[in-house]
Amino acid sequence: MAAAQGDGIKRAGLVVVLAVACALPFVLSGFRVFQWTQVCIYAIALLGLNILTGYNGQFSLGHGAFYAIGAYTTAIMIDKWNVGYGWTIPIAGVLCLVVGFLFGWPALRLEGLYLALATFSLALALPQILKYFEHWTGGSQGIVLSKPKAPWGLPLTEDQWLYFLSLVILIALFVLAANLLRGRTGRAIMAIRDNHLAAETMGINSSLYKSVVFGVSAAYTGIAGALSAIAIAFVAPDSFDVFLSVTLLTGIVIGGLATISGAIFGAIFILFVPNWALDISKAAPWAIFGVFLIVFMYVMPRGIAGSLRLLWIRWTRPAVVNKQVQQDVS
Amino acid sequence: MDIFVQQVVSGLATGGIYASLALALVMIYQATDVVNFAQGSMAMFSTYLCWSLLQAGLPYWVAFFATIVIAFVGGLLIERTVIRPVENAPILTIVIVTLGLVFILTSVAGWIYSYIQKPFPSPFPSKPIKLGQVVLGTHDVGAICVTLVVLVLLFLFFRYTTLGLAMRAAAQDPNSSRLCGIRVGWMLALGWGLAAVFGAVAGMMVAPVVFLDPNMMGGIQIYAFAAATVGGFTSPMGAVVGGLLVGVVENLVGTYVSFIGTELKLTVALAMIIIVLLVKPSGLFGRAFVRRV
Repeated sequence: MAAAQGDGIKRAGLVVVLAVACALPFVLSGFRVFQWTQVCIYAIALLGLNILTGYNGQFSLGHGAFYAIGAYTTAIMIDKWNVGYGWTIPIAGVLCLVVGFLFGWPALRLEGLYLALATFSLALALPQILKYFEHWTGGSQGIVLSKPKAPWGLPLTEDQWLYFLSLVILIALFVLAANLLRGRTGRAIMAIRDNHLAAETMGINSSLYKSVVFGVSAAYTGIAGALSAIAIAFVAPDSFDVFLSVTLLTGIVIGGLATISGAIFGAIFILFVPNWALDISKAAPWAIFGVFLIVFMYVMPRGIAGSLRLLWIRWTRPAVVNKQVQQDVS
Repeated sequence: MDIFVQQVVSGLATGGIYASLALALVMIYQATDVVNFAQGSMAMFSTYLCWSLLQAGLPYWVAFFATIVIAFVGGLLIERTVIRPVENAPILTIVIVTLGLVFILTSVAGWIYSYIQKPFPSPFPSKPIKLGQVVLGTHDVGAICVTLVVLVLLFLFFRYTTLGLAMRAAAQDPNSSRLCGIRVGWMLALGWGLAAVFGAVAGMMVAPVVFLDPNMMGGIQIYAFAAATVGGFTSPMGAVVGGLLVGVVENLVGTYVSFIGTELKLTVALAMIIIVLLVKPSGLFGRAFVRRV
């Protein structure tokens, strides 16, 4: 009974959030709309990384690289071959799926720290590699694109159109991820994280799953990268440095590992908190950001979504709280 | 041939610096299973402190040793105040906290000292050493010597003192050590302090070459990661050999393989990391990862 009531409240909450999300671009200024577009884009990338790190237990410090590959795929296709921008997004996704799968295959042998290092070095090396293939990538100058106009004569500005495009893709990918993780596949993915030997004994092909999850995760991040290239209308190697990968990792831990809604909280954090930090201190904004990070980890070690979930359980089912807390701690 | 020897020596010099930082990473990793992403930033900050002391008119070696003491205390304090509250949290939480430290240290250094590059003096004479036809930079040779001295001291400390033994014990088996009366928490803090010292030495040795700026250790930390990976994250000896190896390979490849030059140097580090991870994931000297099921 309580659970059913809880579901009802959750569903109502979801509808409210969606309504607000649709109303946002009509009440905010152009720049704010652009920021929320970026939140949507980051959320897609974070969800991808969270599928890998949160649900499958593979650490990646190099997802900025897939973001960059997605962005450059789109930019090069639009700039060199005049492909319609809409087509470049799925192509970027598929390409990243393949690259991610291929990178995930040798990375299978690596656990924890070593995987983090391998991916970290990938993220580090990528800007240099991008600069090296100047003919395609425009070197350190990057590639300048133009923002697409709203199609079908819709009465939307470019920023509003991009926002809705990102939002629709975000929702589609979230639904996809939720379905993927809810069923048999999702349980297999999490079983590998919790104990891969036990999972293999149950007949789960752990190697295949891990590589595919790596690919799917890369595809999500690549799609986010492609969208960002379209939304910002500019790509350059230095915007995809290791800092981006670190930011993405920060986003999923702050948002909440192994939670789907955490991707949105994390995206909001990594986009807006640096700005707030700048408002607080012009001199050393990143110091403030660092303090925020550390304090967040002290106060909510399970991330925003994790803490919310705990509060939610405490509110709806007080009887099971103690048990749940014990489980969470262990 | 002369160029070859010269490149090897200068590779060993930078390699020594990578080795110091790699050693710092390995020390903290062995004791706590945490990779300290703030290692490079801590080193950078120590180097700035040394610069301040030098500006205040202290002679080089006084400033050098004063910086080492400050770095030690600083490392200790950081462990006690920032890391300790999350000691038992999941690894990723601790990683994020060390990343937070990176942001704070870099930003504060930029705020106090500005982002403009500053020259940093070398304690060694600028006149190059000539061995026959081979010309060696004095700073290169000096940096190698300093690194070696630090390593020997470290070895003696861990091998022949009770405190060193206690620290090794605390890293290997915290529970049993606690039963023997070792204060494990403080041993970890000491480890952070010592790691900060290596970082400071590495920073002061590399600053004359790369100039002082808040992001100066970024690239070096990557090579230190590569060094620790090549040597094995579980072996201090491996970190040293790995550091030297990475330094020499980086230099030789940059000199002799024309399409790599300086543009793709980081990619060389990437390739080394990936190759070692694929062929021997535990590194050249590391213990293989064995787990009881």
